[in-house]
Amino acid sequence: MEQAKLRIRILKFFNRHGNVKAFGILSPCIFWIGVFFLLPLVLMGVYSFLERGLYGGVTWIFTWENYTRFVNPLYLKILLRTFRISFLTTVILLIIGYPMAYRIARADKRWRNILLFLVVLPFWTSDLIRTYAWMLILRDTGLLNNLFQSLHLISKPLTLLYTEAAILMGLAYVYLPFMVLPLYASIEKLDLTLLEAAEDLGATPFWRFLKVTVPLTKSGILAGSLLVFIPSVGAFVVPDLLGGAKAMMIGNLVQLQFGPARNWPFGSSASFILMTVVLFAVFAYLKFAGGKEALEEAR
Amino acid sequence: MRTRGYFQPLSWFTGVGYLFLYLPICVLIAFSFNTSRFSVVWQEFTLEWYVKLIQDPLVLDALKNSVIVAVVAMILSTIIGTLTAYGLYRHRFRGKTVFDGILFLPIVTPEIVVGISLVIFFVLIHFNLGLKTIIIAHVAFDIPFVMLIVRARLQGMDRSLEEAAMDLGADEWTTFFKVTIPQLLPGIVAAALLAFTLSFDDFVITFFVAGVGSTTLPLKIYSMVRLGVSPKINALSALIVFFSISLITLADRFQRRGS
Repeated sequence: MEQAKLRIRILKFFNRHGNVKAFGILSPCIFWIGVFFLLPLVLMGVYSFLERGLYGGVTWIFTWENYTRFVNPLYLKILLRTFRISFLTTVILLIIGYPMAYRIARADKRWRNILLFLVVLPFWTSDLIRTYAWMLILRDTGLLNNLFQSLHLISKPLTLLYTEAAILMGLAYVYLPFMVLPLYASIEKLDLTLLEAAEDLGATPFWRFLKVTVPLTKSGILAGSLLVFIPSVGAFVVPDLLGGAKAMMIGNLVQLQFGPARNWPFGSSASFILMTVVLFAVFAYLKFAGGKEALEEAR
Repeated sequence: MRTRGYFQPLSWFTGVGYLFLYLPICVLIAFSFNTSRFSVVWQEFTLEWYVKLIQDPLVLDALKNSVIVAVVAMILSTIIGTLTAYGLYRHRFRGKTVFDGILFLPIVTPEIVVGISLVIFFVLIHFNLGLKTIIIAHVAFDIPFVMLIVRARLQGMDRSLEEAAMDLGADEWTTFFKVTIPQLLPGIVAAALLAFTLSFDDFVITFFVAGVGSTTLPLKIYSMVRLGVSPKINALSALIVFFSISLITLADRFQRRGS
């Protein structure tokens, strides 16, 4: 009885205050995301301006040093490599993903859902395992080298693993679904009568594609590129397993600082740079791609 | 749409794309049944590696940890995510766009950033790293996914049923539990299954927030991979992939049901 009364009182209280009511139902989420996601991010930002402690902790003295260190060619190279690889991955996936998305969008209704599901499925399976599978294929005694050798194409195994090319391959493999889905969403909505009009007016397939299809699917192209570029910049597993120590990306640098190197402030600054790039990419996208609807669509 | 000359090459290209997506997984599964320990040359069919796997107490321990983490994270994130989706659907309030944006953040933030920021946080407040910290982290990244899936379901929902319930005198909570939730159930189940899978498969964030003795299966696989490629890893990976695919297929069924 007491409980029922209490409930009614609480309900009455919330009913009187629209915002408070919304706050009530959203509070678990606000608490969890606020305390276990946003607050740690802020802390990371603070740590990036502190001096490193003796045994992996920090000393609370302000310094710019963790950022100025990136002028060092060693670290600059890692930053540049990260951007180069992420950019290339995005371009490669546009080239692979666009025809796939186009074909899926034009498939029979019956097949379309199955084909889409088959693209999404790998997204939900472990990146780690899918990356590991490529180690089986690319290593010196791996499937590809074995195949080439038994076909007498090569006499000595090729070095495929632990190269930048291997990282590119791995990233393209892991993030293909991120490219295909938003592309599909925008291609599927394409008004075919516009293409027919272009055809009637004498446009060749190439120009129809360039002048009609591409501009009309711009939102998908941008969304897909963003969804591939962002996780590529922050990748850790793929460069770690397929790139090794010679081809480090920012993600590996961060891990190194929080692991063996025990320099948390420097790791934080690298991580903060990563976060800034990501946020910048998102804002640029929101500004150029016509806002939130496109983003919703991409998901 | 008329079939045009360039359509067939496009189909071929797409076929190759699917091959690219699935061949490595098939290779992995195939070699988990191969006798040979070191080489990828096919020798003979064997279940040896699977038997070795279930006899390994460390693997079983990691499995236990993974299941505990994924189940608890699934339950918490499904409840919180569903409430959030409902709150955002039902109420208009100032700052809603900002709130939406903030919920989008965990999805775009690189996992490694989430991992290290959490480890900074936990160490600073002297919270011992272990299963609890893994669960806390997983709930945080599961919530936005659950929210999105349930919200999609809410947007497709027939509102008149809720209104009818209210007209007949049900209060908001009764309506929520007796009308809204049953209608949303397939979406909620799908979201829960996906949250479970995300949590079960997560490596990067877990890698940072796990403590000594809280090894999960992905962490176990990683440490095994560090020691070199082995058929035992293939077997374990094949099992996990099979398990994930089953769950996702199930989730997909639920998501489609009635929509």
